[in-house]
Amino acid sequence: MRKAVIIGAGMTPVGEHWKLSLRDLAVEALLNAMDDAGIDKVDSLYVGNMISGSFVEQENLGALIADWAGLGNIPAVKVEAACASGGAAVQEGVKAVLSGLEDVVAVVGVEKMTDAWPSDATRYLAYAADAEWELFHGASFVALNALIMRHYMNTYGYTEEDLALFAVNAHANGAKSPYAMFKRPIKVETVLKSPYIADPLKLFDASPVCDGAAAVIITTPEKAKELGVPREKWVEIAGMGRATDTINLANREDLLTLKAAKIAAEGAYRMAGVTPKEVDFFEVHDAFTVMAALSLEALGVARKGEGAKLAREGQIAIDGDYPIQTMGGLKSRGHPVGATGVYQTVEAVLQLRGEAPEGIQVQNAEIGLTQNIGGTGSNITVNILRRV
Amino acid sequence: MARPMQVSRYWRHFREKYRLIGGKCENGHVFFPYRQVCPVCGSRNVEEYEFSGKGKVLSWTIVRNPPSGFEYYKPYPLALIQLEEGPVVLAQLTDVDIEEIHEGMEVEAVTRKAREFEEDGIILYAYKFRPVLK
Repeated sequence: MRKAVIIGAGMTPVGEHWKLSLRDLAVEALLNAMDDAGIDKVDSLYVGNMISGSFVEQENLGALIADWAGLGNIPAVKVEAACASGGAAVQEGVKAVLSGLEDVVAVVGVEKMTDAWPSDATRYLAYAADAEWELFHGASFVALNALIMRHYMNTYGYTEEDLALFAVNAHANGAKSPYAMFKRPIKVETVLKSPYIADPLKLFDASPVCDGAAAVIITTPEKAKELGVPREKWVEIAGMGRATDTINLANREDLLTLKAAKIAAEGAYRMAGVTPKEVDFFEVHDAFTVMAALSLEALGVARKGEGAKLAREGQIAIDGDYPIQTMGGLKSRGHPVGATGVYQTVEAVLQLRGEAPEGIQVQNAEIGLTQNIGGTGSNITVNILRRV
Repeated sequence: MARPMQVSRYWRHFREKYRLIGGKCENGHVFFPYRQVCPVCGSRNVEEYEFSGKGKVLSWTIVRNPPSGFEYYKPYPLALIQLEEGPVVLAQLTDVDIEEIHEGMEVEAVTRKAREFEEDGIILYAYKFRPVLK
């Protein structure tokens, strides 16, 4: 079977980019990734994006970005899986390469959110939920996660402080990344004193509305050699998995199990031939602090109900046994929804090449995992990357 | 918000939203809302099933930053309610003091106004849940 390696990675800083449009951001990230690989053309383009039609009245992103990045008449499509669009786009790129139909593929994840009025942004994000049975009743996406958070705390006896530790860890790492939106450390009190958005979920339990784009170039090892890309730059995508769950949170078998993450992770571990213990760092989808805890459980890192314990025990720090959110995660780096999965991928590439910023490089990192959640856990991707 | 001229989009669900009508498959699995395929066993032999409207609060929150279109109602309590027949349904709580909401609180379904649009828009009604009247 063919193998897929990432030979180029690029991203824009995450933030409120008042001067940059969706196409500006996407083109910048894409050109960065192509420059990193030292190439000036690709066979095809996959765009990870959740909801540009609502945010900036622009769909058909494949054509838009291929055109504006000067890529000629290549095939280019958008891949959508709510907030997991980025992770899914990377997987479609890998599948294209592994199939043998395409040799050099570009994947860009992009989201431009700050052009919208805040309460409209809240509405658009809720489109990832069930329109008829959730949004109809006034459920924001934050509110749905708050329902999970309260149930998690009640069931296992955790406090708001326990979950705040995930935000503190994310900021501690993000403070050292030039690409992060919030480059400052915070304390538990910072989280606890922030206002409730949907009780018990507070502003600092949640990732921000923001803009950003990230991109990777994927090919085979043979083609990478032919293109003259130095081997130190290669990072293999060794495993991947993807699964869905009920779109409506109320219909879940168990509110506190990310079943889709479990299935996706099992597939990715099997394909890569690794166990959770062998993974050196985890970029999990901490759109809300409780999601980091549930993700660690679904990925087989913590037992059910014990995800939040890892934070309490300091195991999720850069020098812990299970480092997570090494460049800030969704909370501190930011969560430009459809781009997030590609940001996680680029960050994993930097870690595995040993190119992470000072203070947040995971020592001797060989294997990294990225997990990207769409909806309240209804569409989840897991990718495992390995140093070549 | 755009005017909801698609009356049919809301009208087609009035049985579920006014009377809590869900489904029951040939193997006895009940679910809400109604759907063509049983989510438990995959049976396509499904008939309508009306729920009693009695249940308990499983988890709850207060929506303080609502999606656009709901600003007028904020803050409002939203809950997952486990119906006595088993299935869980998401709905707003009504006729309740925020202080008295708790997990396990016994609630019952009532029909309430869910949302109004502009002056010339339609008015939507749906189930909300209130504490059981003693």
